[in-house]
Amino acid sequence: MSTDTTDAPDIEQPVPAPGDDAVARLVHPRAIRWLHWINFPLLFIMIWSGMRIYWAEDVYAFGIGSWQWFAFFPDSVYETFELERRLAKGLAFHFAFGWLFVINGAIYAIYLAATKEWRHIVPDRHAAREAKDVVLHDIHITKTPPPQGKYNAAQRISYTVALAMAFVIVLSGFAIYKPTQLYPLPLLFGGYQGARLVHFWMTIGLLLFFLLHVVQVIRSGWGNFRSMVTGYQIERRSAASVFDDDTECTENRTSDETAEVTP
Amino acid sequence: MTIDPNERERELRAQVESAPTIPIEEFRKRSRRSFITGAIGVTGAVLGFRWLQNQPTDGGIPQTLRNQLERNETLWRNISERRSAPEFPVSKATPIQVNGRIGIRNEIDLAVWTVRVEGPDGELLDELDISTFEALPQRDMVIEHKCIEGWSSIVHWGGARFSDFHERYADQVGDVPYVSLGTPDGLYYVGWEMPAILHPQTMLVLREGGQPLDQEHGAPLRLATPNKYGIKCLKRIGVIRYSRERPADYWAERSYDWYAGL
Repeated sequence: MSTDTTDAPDIEQPVPAPGDDAVARLVHPRAIRWLHWINFPLLFIMIWSGMRIYWAEDVYAFGIGSWQWFAFFPDSVYETFELERRLAKGLAFHFAFGWLFVINGAIYAIYLAATKEWRHIVPDRHAAREAKDVVLHDIHITKTPPPQGKYNAAQRISYTVALAMAFVIVLSGFAIYKPTQLYPLPLLFGGYQGARLVHFWMTIGLLLFFLLHVVQVIRSGWGNFRSMVTGYQIERRSAASVFDDDTECTENRTSDETAEVTP
Repeated sequence: MTIDPNERERELRAQVESAPTIPIEEFRKRSRRSFITGAIGVTGAVLGFRWLQNQPTDGGIPQTLRNQLERNETLWRNISERRSAPEFPVSKATPIQVNGRIGIRNEIDLAVWTVRVEGPDGELLDELDISTFEALPQRDMVIEHKCIEGWSSIVHWGGARFSDFHERYADQVGDVPYVSLGTPDGLYYVGWEMPAILHPQTMLVLREGGQPLDQEHGAPLRLATPNKYGIKCLKRIGVIRYSRERPADYWAERSYDWYAGL
C-alpha cells in the first residue's frame, strides 16, 4: 500500500562513490530519529504487557453472530511469544512504561507542530489520487511513481493513520485506566467496555501498520533504512539541481520556500 | 481540479530541498557516529531491561515497577479522591458472576456470624451482628463493578455507606489513615486508604438485586465500590481493623497494585 522510498527518482541510480558528484541531504532531523527509535521498544513493551493483561479475559473474536472464525488470540500465539499468564506483571509493566510511551509521543507531537515538520506527513489535497498511483506503481501496474516530497502520498496517509491510532490508543487507555477519575472520558468510547474494545482494535491496527512498515522498509533498501539512523540520504548533485539553479547555497534556503509550497 | 504535473513535482521537490546538504566525507563521519550511538543505545536498552527484570522484587514485581505503581497512586490521589463513578437505572443491572472464592470456600452459619471491629492498637472496639448494619441508613447503588481481569458488570447493590458505619468510631480512632478488612478465616484480606473507604460510593453491602446476598457473593456482609477493582471488594467481612500502617493486602502481596483505584 505505501512505500517508504524517499526520493524515489534517485532509487534507480547506483549510490555514488566518494569523490563522485554526490551530496548527502538531511531527510530525518535528529529529534525525529531519536523519538522514532525510542518509540519502537516502548510500543513493543506496551503490546507485550498489554497481551498479558488481555489474556486474563480474552473475549474478542472475528465472526458473525454465533459463528466464530478466529478468536483473539489462538493459544499458539501466546505460546509462540512465551507469554506466561501473568496479568499482574503485565499491569505493572503497562502502567510504568505507558508514561514513557505517552511522554515520547507528546514530545513528538510538540516537535511536529513547532517545526512544521507535520507538513511532510499530513496528506495534502492531492493525497488520495497520488496514493492510488503509488499503490499501482508498487504492484507494478504502472511504470512511474507519482511525484513526492519527503514522503509519498501513501506514506503520508498511512503515517497519519498510525499517529491517529496512537492518539486514540492513549485516550482509550486512560479511559480504561481511570474511568472514574477521568469520567466522562469513557463515554467517548461508549463506556468502559467500549474503551476496552477500541483499545484492543487500535493495538491490532498498530501491529498491522508495523508489519506493513517493516515490509516497505525492506523493499526500500538500505539507503532508506540508513537515513532513519544517520538522518541523511545520498543523492547526486546533478539530480538535486534539476529544479534548482543555485545548488551552492542550499543551506540558506529555508522556511520562506516551504511556506510557498504549502497549499 | 487539474494541476500541471511539472508544477506539482517542483512543489514537492522544493519541500525536500529546503533541507540542508553536507559533503559526502562529512556524511561518512556522521554516519559512523550515528551507528555507534545506535549500537550503544540498543545495548543500553537491552541491559536496562534485563536490569529491570532481574531486580529484587517487592510484592512479586521488580522494585522499580512497585515504586512506579506507588508514584501513580500518589499522582491519582492528588488529582482527585472525591470523584464519583456514574450510577445507572436499576433496569440496567444484571446478576454478577462469581469470580473469587478465597476465604469463602466453606459455607458458614449466618445466624452466628459476627464482625469484629478493632482499633489501631489492636483493641477490640465492638463485636457486631447483622442488626447493626441493617439499622444504618440504607441506600441502593447501581454501578459498574470492574474486575481487574477486564470484565465488568452493572450491579444493583443495597446496604449502608461505610462512612455511616465509621461515624460510630470516628471519635475513638481519630485520624487513622488506613482500614483493613478480612474474612473470618483470615485467608483473604484487603487494605484501604481512609479517603477511599469513606467515599460515598464505598458500601457495606447486604443485598444484591434487592435480595439478601448469596454466600458465594459474600453473605451476610461484603464491601462494594465502583472506584476500585473487585479485588478490593472483600466478601464475607469478618474483621474491620483501623490501622496506622499501610495494611497487608492479599493481591498486593501477589504482584498487584495495592491501590487498585479507578
